[in-house]
Amino acid sequence: MPILKVSHVKKSFGSLDVLKDISFELNAGEVLSIIGPSGSGKSTLLRCITQLETIDGGEVQVDGKDLVIPGSNPVKYSPAKVLRDIRLSTGLVFQNFNLFPHLTVLQNLTIAPVRVLGISREQARETGRRLLKRMGLEGKEKSYPCELSGGQQQRVSIARALAMNPKVLFFDEPTSALDPELTGEILKVIKKLAEEKMTMVIVTHEMAFARDVADKVIFMDGGVVVEQGTPEHVFRESGNERLASFLSRFSQS
Amino acid sequence: MSDLSSLLPILWGGFCTTLAIFGLTLLFSIPLGLLIAVLKMSKWRLVRYPVSFYISVMRGTPLLLQIVAIYFGSYYLSEYSGIGFSFDRFPAVIVAFSINYAAYFAEIFRGGIQSVSKGQYEAAYMLGMTRSQTFFRIILPQVVKRVVPASANEVITLVKDTSLAQVIAVTELFALAKKQQAAYASIYPLFVAGVFYYVANLLLSAVFAYLERKLNYYK
Repeated sequence: MPILKVSHVKKSFGSLDVLKDISFELNAGEVLSIIGPSGSGKSTLLRCITQLETIDGGEVQVDGKDLVIPGSNPVKYSPAKVLRDIRLSTGLVFQNFNLFPHLTVLQNLTIAPVRVLGISREQARETGRRLLKRMGLEGKEKSYPCELSGGQQQRVSIARALAMNPKVLFFDEPTSALDPELTGEILKVIKKLAEEKMTMVIVTHEMAFARDVADKVIFMDGGVVVEQGTPEHVFRESGNERLASFLSRFSQS
Repeated sequence: MSDLSSLLPILWGGFCTTLAIFGLTLLFSIPLGLLIAVLKMSKWRLVRYPVSFYISVMRGTPLLLQIVAIYFGSYYLSEYSGIGFSFDRFPAVIVAFSINYAAYFAEIFRGGIQSVSKGQYEAAYMLGMTRSQTFFRIILPQVVKRVVPASANEVITLVKDTSLAQVIAVTELFALAKKQQAAYASIYPLFVAGVFYYVANLLLSAVFAYLERKLNYYK
């Protein structure tokens, strides 16, 4: 059974249809890359699944739990308890980190496990330190986010999401706010997570990365999934014209 | 100089009243201001509009008038309608100052709250935090840092505004200094009162400078 199932999802802002019938599935341990031009709806799709936006049609299932009541039209969201469970099983890494600036690095990692999950402070700290080590941030636990580089901040925010032990981790253009020389360190961390079989959905403009790290790639344009499949299929075999022109624009720049 | 030694104890007594008005006003107006700020950002118009009206009246009319209105207003209300109760002078001053300063603080706090980026709310939401956890643990601490400079202005103004309490014959520092002015037939007591205000504000400025430095550990 897929851990994430999106079927016929629709979303509009006023008269603008941002998502027009999006469907895909993802199994546990797989990595999905979502690519496509700006304004194609990639980020909105992510924000809909993570409940930062509401959907206007279709269904989403995370780890067997329904985000909206199946078959409801207009869509009716599941009870708050279910939505909360879904939220706790999904983690999101933002484009601009959104770390809590008034808290130290370690406090950023422990506040939610302690306050939301009720884990003991000592245990949360221990987990936090272990995660920082995994992210190559030993010795930074007492620093404040403003004292770190962009790449380090993004690694903290990945650690913060991992501290909640999510079933699926979403990345919304995790390297777009970083200087080019800093993107590498983030991509390396994500690759390592992929090797550890973390289930991830990554919206990205890094084409080579999308191809290398993903088990599955989705190309979106104009609010629809134009092409989806293995990286091999999407990047090499697909004869789709919109995809070809998108990819050629990328190889030029 | 024998003048000063007899003048100082008198003025000190008034200064204590001034400090009481100052302290109690802050004690009530800051939490009230925070509440009003939150209400003004309500998504319900039925809440937002009355709050906006209240703020505009508090900021748009003299505090002097508000003190008079609270004191005499409550007096006439209880006198002629038989309902309600009338304030004594000192409580009337505290009520008037508190609701007036709450309006100013509310606008400062609202500005502070709205300057925190949406991303902070979203990050807290994604981590499963409740709305009150998000507000008190994530948003409010950042708001405090942002509102300190503007609040310092208000607090310093409040020290001087306490002299308005004399309009309903509360014997605070300035009222007593004026009485002594008549007794001494000199404006000298007024200048001494001025020194009291100045020194108090010097200390407050130092406290706020310290606070700002303390809160400077993050950007």
